[in-house]
Amino acid sequence: MANTQEKLLEVKGVKKYFPITGGIFQKVIGNVKAVDGVDMFIKRGETLGLVGESGCGKSTLGRVILRLLDATEGEINYGGKNILKLKKEQMREMRKKMQIIFQDPYASLNPRMTIGDIIGEPMDIFGLASGREKEEKVLELLHVVGLGTQHIRRYPHEFSGGQRQRIGIARALAVDPELIICDEPVSALDVSVRSQVLNLMQELQEKFSLTYLFISHDLSVVKHISDRVSVMYLGKVVEIAEKNELYDKPLHPYTRALLSAIPIPDPEVKRERIILEGDVPSPVNPPSGCHFHTRCKYAKPECSKVEPELKDVGGEHFVACHLY
Amino acid sequence: MGVDKKDTPLHEQLEFDEEMELQGTTFMREVWYRFRRNKMAMAGAITIIFLILIACFAPWVAPHDPYRVDLNEQFIAPCAKYLLGTDMYGRDVLSRVIFGTRISLVIGLVPSIISMILGSVLGIISGYYGGRVDTAIMRVADMVMAFPSLLLAMAVMYTLGANLYNIFIALSIVGWAGTARVVRAQTLSIKEKEFVESARAIGVKNWIIMIRHIFPNCIAPLLVLLTLGIPEAIMSEASLSFLGVGAQPPTPSWGLMISNGKEYLLSAPWVAITPGFAILIIVMAFNFLGDGLRDALDPFMKQ
Repeated sequence: MANTQEKLLEVKGVKKYFPITGGIFQKVIGNVKAVDGVDMFIKRGETLGLVGESGCGKSTLGRVILRLLDATEGEINYGGKNILKLKKEQMREMRKKMQIIFQDPYASLNPRMTIGDIIGEPMDIFGLASGREKEEKVLELLHVVGLGTQHIRRYPHEFSGGQRQRIGIARALAVDPELIICDEPVSALDVSVRSQVLNLMQELQEKFSLTYLFISHDLSVVKHISDRVSVMYLGKVVEIAEKNELYDKPLHPYTRALLSAIPIPDPEVKRERIILEGDVPSPVNPPSGCHFHTRCKYAKPECSKVEPELKDVGGEHFVACHLY
Repeated sequence: MGVDKKDTPLHEQLEFDEEMELQGTTFMREVWYRFRRNKMAMAGAITIIFLILIACFAPWVAPHDPYRVDLNEQFIAPCAKYLLGTDMYGRDVLSRVIFGTRISLVIGLVPSIISMILGSVLGIISGYYGGRVDTAIMRVADMVMAFPSLLLAMAVMYTLGANLYNIFIALSIVGWAGTARVVRAQTLSIKEKEFVESARAIGVKNWIIMIRHIFPNCIAPLLVLLTLGIPEAIMSEASLSFLGVGAQPPTPSWGLMISNGKEYLLSAPWVAITPGFAILIIVMAFNFLGDGLRDALDPFMKQ
């Protein structure tokens, strides 16, 4: 739970466009607007869930925050410093504080390196430990994530998906970070292993006072782990609120449609299912005004003209919609 | 490979892993297991080991001095004294073929290794950085590949002068482009993998990413390329020597021996046929080894 109100990370108007080039001279003929002006913040010690459909830009946002991709525009403040302005060397120092856990446990570990080398690499890079001391630390991390001493000399292909994800978590913890960006960390795992890994992540959060940005398309997983939840649609955040507030009283029409899609394991319960019409518009050419107006049944003439701002409707419940 | 233990609780997994330790399923062991069952590849490997031994111990294996000229013993047909006969200067063909093994192996290995190193470095840089660097390197590679390789090698040999060391240079200049392309393609796919992204998130420097994370994952195709490149180099050397721009007499190069023997193909066929047969064997051995390695290293071939 969030124990302080300090904003650890603040994202302001961040945009990430991927240019589309064409013709003989590779001229830029358009942009894929993957992230199109996102504002949000994460408080120290909390878990912010980030949900949205495939292709809405949530993973891109995570990578922009870590500067694995360069933002086209905007500001990302970490502990009061704009990290987009940092030089390469300063950014390298910053990376000690922010780490990432990936979705695919089969692609995120180098198949030619032993587990000891994989977890030890961050320590080499930052000169945190070497030799025996490093091995000691690696073993400690292995135990922390629920693996054993005997695993240190093994290669990734000798592990199952859940174990690999634990290794990925251990690698992220190796630099003792404050913020971990979890990019769909359990989506590739079996349901039975999923809860084990989620519980492990919660334990670790308490133990090392971590802050998570938890990216997922699985609404029930996000509800389980998050303190606050932010909903993205076509490169924009449409609603952010405290978890229970959002799940009980969704305001944005898109959030309502999304939440109505969660299956309820009880055939007796009748519920209104909101089915959205049409497809997600192309991020190359997003609709004018509110990005959602083409599929929104409450759309007013204003919606296609004016872009709604993300505004507080009380109790840190932010929503970007002209209805409120 | 541990897929079936996904759902077991942790303490049970640990016991399971102790069993795995006994079974031992590391990658190289699996490759060896698959390679061993390929009979042709094993035959190729054994032949190559045999040839390497012959090359190493040539002075002891050869029955005669390969350079000794005896004009009284020209064109002796294979007999007890000269197992494979003698050539137009009365030199023992068998001894010359045995000494020729050294040249062929060195010519096969050295340019292949040089072009592999050159090609790997340029290919990784090209694939990793992309953009203009990539365009520049790949256009040069295209230029090299646009020429028929033998013609280009001949041109280089004419410019540098015909001797054995210049063959190394000529074949390396011709050979790097293919390797660079393969490594570049491999790099393009590997650099998008999440483990490379994770290395960047940790702050690993680009050149360390290339050496530690990308290159080791290119080794399997490189190994195959190397074993298939060696016979090509051997053939190129033989062709160059045959055409007179390669090794110079009296070097016992197989290509040169065929070239010298071709005039006597009807009267004394053993002079040209023996080195030709030697080339056939060494090239086939390397090709079978290369094919076998390719199959063994390919994880999708797993039964």
